[in-house]
Amino acid sequence: MPDAATKALDTADMRRLRAQARKRYLHDSYVLWKRNPITVTGTLIIVFLVLVALFAPWLATHDPYDQILAQRLMPPSWDNLFGTDNLGRDIYSRVVHGARLTLMIAVLVAAISAPIGLLVGVLSGYLGGIVDEVLMRLSDIFLAFPKLILAIAFAAALGTGLENAIIAISIANWPGYARLVRAETLAIRNSDYIQAIQVLGASRTRIMLQHITPMCLSTLIVRVSLDMGAIILIAAGLGFLGLGAQPPSPEWGLMVSDGRNYLVDQWWVSTLPGFAILIVVLGFNLVGDGLRDILDPHQRQS
Amino acid sequence: MAHYIMKRLFTLMITVAGIAVVTFFLSLVVPLDPLAAIAGPQSPPETVERLRKLYGFDQPTYVQFGRYVERLAEGDLGMSFQTNRPVLDDILNFFPATLELATIALIFSVVFGMILGILSAVYKDSLLDHFSRIISLIGVSMPVFWLGLLLLLVFYFQLGWLPEPGRLDIMLIEPPRITGVLLIDSVIAGDWEVFWDALWHAFLPAVVLGLFGLAGIARIARSSMLDVLSQEYIKTARIKGLSEYLVITRHALRNALVPTVTMIGLTYGSLLEGAVLTETIFSWPGLGRYLTTAFLTLDLNAIVGGTMLVAILYSVVNLLVDLLYAYLNPKITLAQHDA
Repeated sequence: MPDAATKALDTADMRRLRAQARKRYLHDSYVLWKRNPITVTGTLIIVFLVLVALFAPWLATHDPYDQILAQRLMPPSWDNLFGTDNLGRDIYSRVVHGARLTLMIAVLVAAISAPIGLLVGVLSGYLGGIVDEVLMRLSDIFLAFPKLILAIAFAAALGTGLENAIIAISIANWPGYARLVRAETLAIRNSDYIQAIQVLGASRTRIMLQHITPMCLSTLIVRVSLDMGAIILIAAGLGFLGLGAQPPSPEWGLMVSDGRNYLVDQWWVSTLPGFAILIVVLGFNLVGDGLRDILDPHQRQS
Repeated sequence: MAHYIMKRLFTLMITVAGIAVVTFFLSLVVPLDPLAAIAGPQSPPETVERLRKLYGFDQPTYVQFGRYVERLAEGDLGMSFQTNRPVLDDILNFFPATLELATIALIFSVVFGMILGILSAVYKDSLLDHFSRIISLIGVSMPVFWLGLLLLLVFYFQLGWLPEPGRLDIMLIEPPRITGVLLIDSVIAGDWEVFWDALWHAFLPAVVLGLFGLAGIARIARSSMLDVLSQEYIKTARIKGLSEYLVITRHALRNALVPTVTMIGLTYGSLLEGAVLTETIFSWPGLGRYLTTAFLTLDLNAIVGGTMLVAILYSVVNLLVDLLYAYLNPKITLAQHDA
């Protein structure tokens, strides 16, 4: 059948063209990425964080939980690169192990709140009507709370601890994503190809799962990566207030708080873990800042 | 406009009702811990059970919720376990200090954020522009609590240039409480020594709190200024031979202000948030510190009341910002007329 043959050729052609376009897009993105020193610096910081987290046991010089009271509050030296804390634990090793916690918190919060936001947003945007009204009023209510306050409130209510802090931050985080995905879904919903599939008799579930969700993913992923820095800051804030990770966990916010009483004479106890928070959050924000430029169509044309 | 305001007020009411539900839910998640806290850790189960009955925690959820709403309608937020006073009194007592701190911080971040943003738009891609971009990025990446500790360490402990944490020197006597805002009360009392000392004490916490907002305001001010500067009427103004200074101050600035105003409003909301951490570090006797203590001691009524108040305040601020935005940007209302 000649018709089928042309069609097959067309599909193959389409696929090739699409692959080419995708390749060019990625290449352009790479060029824009490379051109911007801010983005490159940010990426290097994140890569460094991931490497430190992966190889923490090998990079650490001491056991992060090992208390040597005879060596408490020692200043930085070759033995203890960042000094020791009030229980004689090696701060450098704790910071290195803390990288794992920080990365874990950021990834888990994203992994919990983004799918919830996606689900709520797609349902709300595609189904519309009463479902939309209810879900959006619900997200309005959560958005009515400042994020940190809501996270603190839930962290305190659920009971302190790292897992609950992660849940609490996720609770505070999903409504923003739901809003975003809903807006995206509304834009896609009335497009021709969705109507075409509808006419072909695809079920609502199928349309939502296979045709709308994939289209929302890229926007959502960008937004989540922009939020990473803020998530880490909230988690560190919870740790600092004593509502997040609990002792003896080497969470950076908690470590800053531990050093508060020794601030004047033993500056390193608080300062160095806090510096780690700053650098990592800065890394995510630098990438986010560059990402905004890379994805901006105005920049692409130039 | 009136229609718009009514619609927004209606949404606000729904939101406030929702806030009440969420805060009630908060109190449901923690029912046993505060009881154990009141009863003491070693108390037998029967005592806890009796207390549960006493506080009505044995009732079905909807009955508890009904009672909760009833109390709210009467403006009764319950007693704080921690201070043994009505939560509402506590909040009214601590809130002015937060308001004072947040307002000074806002002034700081608006003034410097606008200057930085506008200058970096006017001198785009200059050294100043890059510098301001880096400052903003560091500003939003900074753990507030850590910055506060560092600045305290340097400027109070090491250099001794700035005063100790707290709201006022111990040797000074607070003026009679009228508004609760020290800076206003001291002026009313004519006590200038207290006024300057209070301002001096607020300086560092306000800078720390304001830094985050500064970054956001600078960014929005820059991008909206760049938008405006690229428009035709600015070219016209330049061709007419107006000086660059006049073009910027008279023609560009006004239009660039509109998005910035929105950002300023949002910043005020986020300052309430940042106050929780800043007040803890600077021993500032405000709502943030009250809330933190309540959270740590599981002072249930204080948690519920405080969180609710902050959320309502935050929503009202957001509403005011939206209204101001609609008022400042005539295009919104014009578009409705045309349609």
